[in-house]
Amino acid sequence: MTGIGLAADIGGTFTDIVAERGTGPGIERFSVKRLTTHDAPERALLEGVEAVLAEAGAGFEAVTAFVHGTTLATNAIIERKGAHTALIATEGFRDILDIADEGRYDQYDLEIEKPRPLVPRALRLTVPERMDVTGTSLLALDEAAVRAAAARLAEARIEAVAVAFLHAYANPAHEIRTREILAEALPGVAVSLSSEVCPEIREFERTSTTVANAYVQPLMAGYLRRLEGAMAERGCRAPMRLMTSGGRLASVDAACRYPVRLVESGPAGGAILSAHIAAARGQAKTLSFDMGGTTAKVCLIENGEPLTARSFEVDRSARFLKGSGLPLRIPVIEMIEIGAGGGSIARLDATRSIAVGPDSAGSEPGPACYARGGEEPTVTDADVALGRIAPERFAGGAITLEPARAAEAVGREIAAPLGLSGEMGALGVLEIVDENMANAARVHAVERGATLGDHTLIAFGGAAPLHAARVAEKLGLPRVLIPADAGVGSAVGFLRAPVAYETIRSRYMRLDAFDLAAANALLAAMTAETADLARGAGGALEERRAAFMRYAGQGHEISVALPARALTGADTEDLRRRFEAEYRRLFERHIPDAAIEILSWSVAIGAPVPAPEPLAPVAPAAAPAPVGTRAVFDTAERAWRDLPVYDRAALAPGARLPGPALVVEDATSTLITARFDATVDSGHALLLTRKEPAP
Amino acid sequence: MTAAPLSPIDLQIMWSRLIAVVEEQAQTLLRTAFSPIVRECGDLSAGVFDTEGRMLAQAVTGTPGHVNSMAESVKHFLTRFPCETMAPGDIYITNDPWMGTGHLNDFVLTTPCFHEGRLVALFSCTSHLMDIGGIGFGPDGTDVFMEGLSIPFLKLAEKGALNETLMAMIRANTRLPVDTEGDVYSLAACNDVGCRRLSEMMTEFGLTDLGPLAGHILARSREAVMAEIAALPKGSWRNEMVVDGYDAPVTLAVAVTVGDEGIHVDYTGTGPSAARGINVPLSYTTAYTVFGLGCVVAARVPNNAGSLAPLTVSAPPGCIVNALKPAPVASRHVIGQMLPDVVFGALRQAVPDRVPAEGTSCLWNLNVRGVAAADGGNYGFTMAVTSNGGTGARPARDGLSATAYPSGVKGTPVEIAETVTPLVFWKKELRPDSGGAGRSRGGLGQVIEVESRIGEPFELLAAYDRIDHPARGRDGGADGAAGYVGLASGSAFRGKGFQTVPPGDRLVVLTPGGGGIGAPGERNAERLSADLAEGLVTPEAAQRYRP
Repeated sequence: MTGIGLAADIGGTFTDIVAERGTGPGIERFSVKRLTTHDAPERALLEGVEAVLAEAGAGFEAVTAFVHGTTLATNAIIERKGAHTALIATEGFRDILDIADEGRYDQYDLEIEKPRPLVPRALRLTVPERMDVTGTSLLALDEAAVRAAAARLAEARIEAVAVAFLHAYANPAHEIRTREILAEALPGVAVSLSSEVCPEIREFERTSTTVANAYVQPLMAGYLRRLEGAMAERGCRAPMRLMTSGGRLASVDAACRYPVRLVESGPAGGAILSAHIAAARGQAKTLSFDMGGTTAKVCLIENGEPLTARSFEVDRSARFLKGSGLPLRIPVIEMIEIGAGGGSIARLDATRSIAVGPDSAGSEPGPACYARGGEEPTVTDADVALGRIAPERFAGGAITLEPARAAEAVGREIAAPLGLSGEMGALGVLEIVDENMANAARVHAVERGATLGDHTLIAFGGAAPLHAARVAEKLGLPRVLIPADAGVGSAVGFLRAPVAYETIRSRYMRLDAFDLAAANALLAAMTAETADLARGAGGALEERRAAFMRYAGQGHEISVALPARALTGADTEDLRRRFEAEYRRLFERHIPDAAIEILSWSVAIGAPVPAPEPLAPVAPAAAPAPVGTRAVFDTAERAWRDLPVYDRAALAPGARLPGPALVVEDATSTLITARFDATVDSGHALLLTRKEPAP
Repeated sequence: MTAAPLSPIDLQIMWSRLIAVVEEQAQTLLRTAFSPIVRECGDLSAGVFDTEGRMLAQAVTGTPGHVNSMAESVKHFLTRFPCETMAPGDIYITNDPWMGTGHLNDFVLTTPCFHEGRLVALFSCTSHLMDIGGIGFGPDGTDVFMEGLSIPFLKLAEKGALNETLMAMIRANTRLPVDTEGDVYSLAACNDVGCRRLSEMMTEFGLTDLGPLAGHILARSREAVMAEIAALPKGSWRNEMVVDGYDAPVTLAVAVTVGDEGIHVDYTGTGPSAARGINVPLSYTTAYTVFGLGCVVAARVPNNAGSLAPLTVSAPPGCIVNALKPAPVASRHVIGQMLPDVVFGALRQAVPDRVPAEGTSCLWNLNVRGVAAADGGNYGFTMAVTSNGGTGARPARDGLSATAYPSGVKGTPVEIAETVTPLVFWKKELRPDSGGAGRSRGGLGQVIEVESRIGEPFELLAAYDRIDHPARGRDGGADGAAGYVGLASGSAFRGKGFQTVPPGDRLVVLTPGGGGIGAPGERNAERLSADLAEGLVTPEAAQRYRP
């Protein structure tokens, strides 16, 4: 009997558990959903695991891999329920978190409020010390001042301390010594050093990240150790791995030291699943599109790997605006998130144009058609008003929708004030939300220097399959893929992620004054540190190195791959060539003769991404008879039209469905527009293919 | 898309797409610019115009001073290069302060956009270049000719061929030739991206021209702003604000008239042009005046010729906010950014609950230059370290500390500043008690201390205000703390012009605080004790809050 792969994803509402046995076409998958138990998240998890193992007829000892992702860290930050945390900073720099970037995230709004720092000013202490940009000490650490600070923190019953000194990424000596002193004076208090959590230049982002790490550390370490123990007690011999925001798996040790890397791990699982699905189908370029109740997330995937970034913001307070959240500088799968989901509310703005989101009716009271007291029209109401959702099948019949309420809400708030028919009002709402998502994808692509065109859109989340075809039309994409089991996609994705760790460190160096010895020493040290954190990955390990480079004085760095070996004199010229090639790819030209500088370096070590088995081809087969027809208002023709309705569960691999058509299942419905035909592949995914090349 | 007639829904989708197009244009500029103030601080603007020079959409990314002045400059391009003379591959350029965005450091590039062989639109963009020669970026010039290279309306490229003569002239006239050339390319590239996206959009929607779409955008935007104005009390309100000026105080006087046709702002009574470069061309005056008005009456309406049309500005020729050529204008932002405060002072008499007290308003940048390390090249280093004071209290909220308003520029990270200059910052922290006391407190300024790390002198090009004339509180609220610039050894610097920081001494900059609103005694006790616990207000200063 082969082993069981187990994945658990704790979200804000649901805890999803997935167990898999075997691989390839014969894979068996079992899944359960439990309500998240916020007081002790491991309770729902363990219950779910027991249930899913029982279903699989296996015990804990059969588990050979256990992967866990959780929103616990994210929620602690958003709800400000982390540890009682203090910050020790360089004298003269108490207010890095308040001063932030001195900007306003909304140019015209006179009433904005800045995000509230995780550590109040009263708990931000400073000590005399100073490193310069090269890591040379300009002012020795005042150890007496550190002891005095420790005494104050003891009195304040602090649970966690962040230490973030200027230029500590270049020389961590003062931070390390500070931790030693704190360890004596504050035994048992968790200490996070900026030189370890985020050894990168730019003091605001580094301090913010270090403080967030300290803030969630006691909570996360306690939880993870408890869960690890509980699993072992029940006979689980597989080591627990944690999903990180970067899409890699971390050991419990690494996660306890750097829990900030667990923030936003759920969406990373979705992106990993998309990447896996794409790779199994030989799709080199894909766009992952996840649309749920409140937000839509879009992520570019190239050659089987989601694009990554080095920072993101958690807890954006205002309309998902850049700058309204707390920056975290950690490796992340890069996603753009906008306030566009099924529950997003539609209204008319000051110019009497339809605006959708970011306000959401959520699940309570929910859209007007839920008949639970929601009065405002939402995206789901517009979908229902135009016949795209079969009311009796919605959420597996758990909620009976009332289409009349949907039409009434859209008519009252949108169509009537604009003098439009009810259908055109609803169509306007859907067109705007689809346009918003397409625009977000375009901006995401341009920020990464990518051109959308031959990408495959992979849609999951409750609302995405209804909107994916139209979004693809707007982006000119030729294919849309709707995977099976999209409802527990993140947890399934966890099982496809590699165990690996990435370390990033700033060390300024000009290419025309390249210090080979220093670079090699730095990279070797980073490799040793990273290998330690990636320990237990098993199998053949891959090492990847990169330098973050820019023209001297520029503000944004680009990642350039380095060979995973000691650099030689010949590599310097090669580095310039690689940088220029990458710069041209992103910005269409390079600047001859301009000086090039390196700001930061990266080393990632881990198991290679597991290669999926290619899907077996299937013989084309006729579609089964539709289970019925529905009148759906057509976007292109702007008229009602009877569409055949297919039951997804009854579609066998190979089935071909000509568009337009509607495919229903318990969790969602897929709208195949007239521009697409669909087939079912051997992995049970629906593949929509454009009928004719885009005009 | 089918060839259905353009319904209101179609027009709205296209409008939304057009805004996405210019946002893509701006993001391209932001990512490729060399000038650190553009990349780190967003000192740029990008937009699309119809063939009559009316702005249809403008990127949200950008800074207000460029917004509305760039909008006007496209009309000047059209006068110099009429539509019928334009060819694909042409690019036009200027840095004329009066017809562009107020000083020589801003290059404006305009590119005609052709779709299926027809001129359909113009893309324009502007950004701040770090050095344009002359005496350097600061207010010390006595006429505009001292302030650097002037580029009249010229073709940067003609039918795809770059004007190499002009590029050579530009390179030869700046201390930073590589960066400046890179910035010119980056401006050109961002217009190209915008044009390509517009053409794709027109294909998708089956458009041959932008006429109906332009009509929809401009009419809807104008109506939205007019509806806001209709809800305001009608009348005329006056305000005066005195600021430091270069070597003598400057009176900024305003009359704001809210009528049925719009809002008109007139600066009659404002003092004369100054001898040094803090004068403001009317284009820039209009930009910041309209921005201030826009925050109150058009915050939720996209910027375009329609939403801007009901907001008009006039000023007597020769006054400091309508300075005439050849007045020096390099630091026009020092006065220009004060204008929203002047306008708010008049508006608050009409709508007291919607406008803040006076704030720092002008940037408190550390414009520094000097000798770099031994290998630093011929010209040493030049850097604008962006920093700000506090904003004015809001009627229901405190002011924001260390925050840029009205400019949208962001602060420079200390670690980045120390990477590209041989300076060390010993302090950059909030300045307790600098926020004007009041029911709502003003935002706090900062304390900044800087020294040379290499034992060499360095120069500060000061362009500060609110040293002699702090941000005033209102309705019983206290004034914000005045700004200060000087040396740690004791001597005070002038607020404007070149000054040298000797080796071993420290430059000390105290950025101003914002004014308070309402009597300090009326402040909520919890908010006062929170301020005390946080150390934003000291126990001594808390006495001011005693009823």
